[in-house]
Amino acid sequence: MTDLAELAVLRGTLDHCVKCTICETVCPVSNASPLFPGPKYAGPQSERYRVHDDPSVDLSVDYCSGCGICSQVCPQGVKIAEINAQARNKLKREHGVPLRDRIVTRPTWLGRAGTPTAGLANWSLQFRPLRILVEKLLKVHRDAPVPKFAGRRFSKWAKGHTSPTARRKVVYFHGCGTEYYEPWEGERVVAVLEHNGFEVTVPKQDCCGLPLQSSGLFDDARRVVKRLAKNLVPHLTDADTIIVGNATSCTLMLKREAREVLGLEQDADLALVAERTYDICELLLELHQRGELRTDFQPVRETIAYHAPCQQQGHWIGKPALDLLALIPELETREMNARCCGIAGTYGLKAEKYEIAMAVGRDLFQQVDDSGAQAVACDSETCRWQITHGTQLPSAHPIDYLYRAYGLAETVPAADA
Amino acid sequence: MNRRKRYDAVVIGAGTAGLVAGTRLAQSGASVCVVAKGVGSTHLAPGTIDALGYMPERVQEPATAIARLAEADPGHPYASIGAELVSEAAEWLITTVASGPAPGYRYVGNLERNFLLPTAVGALKPSAVIPETFAAGDSSQLGRLVVVGLPALRDFHPELCAANLQAAGVDARGITIDVSVDRADSSTLGISRLFDDPTWRTSFAARLTPLVRAADHVALPAMLGLKDPHGALHDLENKLGRRVFEISTLPPSVPGMRLYEILSHALRAAGGSLAFGAGVVAHERDGERILSVDTESAGSPTTYEADAFVLASGGFHSGAITLDSHWLAHELVLDLPLQGVPGKDEPRFSAAYFDEQPMARVGVAVDAEQRALGTSNVVVAGASLPGAVPWREASGEGIALSSGYRAAQVLAGQLSKRTEALR
Repeated sequence: MTDLAELAVLRGTLDHCVKCTICETVCPVSNASPLFPGPKYAGPQSERYRVHDDPSVDLSVDYCSGCGICSQVCPQGVKIAEINAQARNKLKREHGVPLRDRIVTRPTWLGRAGTPTAGLANWSLQFRPLRILVEKLLKVHRDAPVPKFAGRRFSKWAKGHTSPTARRKVVYFHGCGTEYYEPWEGERVVAVLEHNGFEVTVPKQDCCGLPLQSSGLFDDARRVVKRLAKNLVPHLTDADTIIVGNATSCTLMLKREAREVLGLEQDADLALVAERTYDICELLLELHQRGELRTDFQPVRETIAYHAPCQQQGHWIGKPALDLLALIPELETREMNARCCGIAGTYGLKAEKYEIAMAVGRDLFQQVDDSGAQAVACDSETCRWQITHGTQLPSAHPIDYLYRAYGLAETVPAADA
Repeated sequence: MNRRKRYDAVVIGAGTAGLVAGTRLAQSGASVCVVAKGVGSTHLAPGTIDALGYMPERVQEPATAIARLAEADPGHPYASIGAELVSEAAEWLITTVASGPAPGYRYVGNLERNFLLPTAVGALKPSAVIPETFAAGDSSQLGRLVVVGLPALRDFHPELCAANLQAAGVDARGITIDVSVDRADSSTLGISRLFDDPTWRTSFAARLTPLVRAADHVALPAMLGLKDPHGALHDLENKLGRRVFEISTLPPSVPGMRLYEILSHALRAAGGSLAFGAGVVAHERDGERILSVDTESAGSPTTYEADAFVLASGGFHSGAITLDSHWLAHELVLDLPLQGVPGKDEPRFSAAYFDEQPMARVGVAVDAEQRALGTSNVVVAGASLPGAVPWREASGEGIALSSGYRAAQVLAGQLSKRTEALR
């Protein structure tokens, strides 16, 4: 298929829209802010007026956070979020991309700059006068939940770590959050996988391009994700080897979004990577259903709230983390049903969108408060940072609870969490 | 690894029929996953359980009428379900709502007598089991009525509603209350979120009080809150000193969304799982047994193996049954044989829209236990069933509820037999 034919397939789904409004009922942004009229208006309805080379007809599409819930719940299979992402890209091309969007969408640059100077960088990020200045100059909101640099990189730990040889092999895609901000998450993922008899390979890797894509920088995003796929493919040595990741939004980028939104269906590397990529909870639950997951869990006496991020829901596999957490004795998990925390990657960092993101998250924060939970489990790192920002409660990847329940915390060097 | 999951039962479709079947199966102890291409009928239907409204004359006592229908029309889904089970399912729903996540919110009514409720265009519609927020609208109790609209709600016309109700003998007038809802154009959903806030209810009631004058009843479009409709209703009634009720609107349906939240909550509470975006793209079959279905998921399809399947994917409206350009009708999910399709030389459509349409009763061919013909482990529920014309009979939600309830009953027997055989 040519690019045009691919686009036609995406746009062809528009004909299936029966204007039932189901997408409008679930849109976190339009339900919290009048600035975004909703997925149906911005998508199937506005699309009728979008003409190639004519100016964008609807500026509000910039307020779509790209969470993708609209496409997930559409009973007719309309690719609403993907069509809106295309429209947002066109808008950015016309109106120019702010300097801020060129910076915050590049976790690799930020990480490489921040890691060696973590002490100073973290102090600066908490230093209010500087944050006010950054808000004025760069339009990154002064209160937005920016993560702390860990001061060390996961890949460095991985280089010094040898995974015991095993029959089952897995390639670990850790993403930028683990690399620069939460390297201990990666160590726990590796420990849980090895505990279950996997030999873990950690190839050289880089950003998946999702932040660039969601800010409408499609050309840069294509370059970045194609490079990543090219780096991963040589490690898929036999037919059984799979890629597993703990950053659900980044694994979704590899599985589907890059191919669909960026029109990379033709990229052979990406096609193979998409087919082989698993979310860590998806993989472990499948293992459990085969009777092959170790269940030597010790009790964890805690009440936690579980929030499934939008991008995790976008895998279209339900909520495997809930079934895994249910295996841990005495762990009381409360499922949150509020749709979205609001952050949507870098959306909630942006000065003009911060208040919207907080308004979107309010339902979830309230539910967490009401649940009596002591902590929040959530699969996506930016969502965790936002939830902690909104609730003041600690948050962790669901895998942390498996790691603790397996008793691995005692056998592996203590994490610097 | 190959994205493969296993459950005792997999339910296809997350409308009323699918959610009820899934919840009941989970409550019977089966491991259940409900897979759905998208959100189902709940968000579009009014949220009332219309068991049987017309036959073709208006029905007053649905239980009696269902029994008569069962006798007169053996091909109708109710013929094999029976009035008693419809009643039982309705009682189960009432209990489920009462213990649901919305505090105090309940459903009222039974199969003995239909309510007669005003619609948005001022017709009176028979309905058996309804949210408490609709109850005061029963036309047998209606006194002087004021129907209230909002400028931001462009699809709700209080004057039209009132004028038609007047023609039906109700003393009604329509008014528009000029309250700002922060947007020029809104839906009942946006406004319902405001009604979850007690402060908003107070200010809304204060604005409305001088306008209702001598009315005994106040009707509002169905928008009295998503999380706390019970509180919103009682707050308004206390502040206005009058009975208040909701009228169902064009989609999105706020009462329908409440019902979805209640049913999906019950499914999860019983240990069931739910996957959206998971439209069925393929299946594996061995003779009479469906072994597994493949659903869409990111990267590559996910395979769900199960001992039993419930097909609750809906009919023509949801796209699960189609009539192609070669005039062939297909069931698209499991490629099952259909029933009720007009023969080669018979007419497929009637020129008059409201006539009995020859295609209207098409559905998946089933036996008396709702089992899909030619299969041993697929039970059909909801709008996929043949033999009914729900939009004429006002029976859609009643069929969805009771056939979903029954599908679980049929399969629970089968699944436990199998478990016993294994022991």
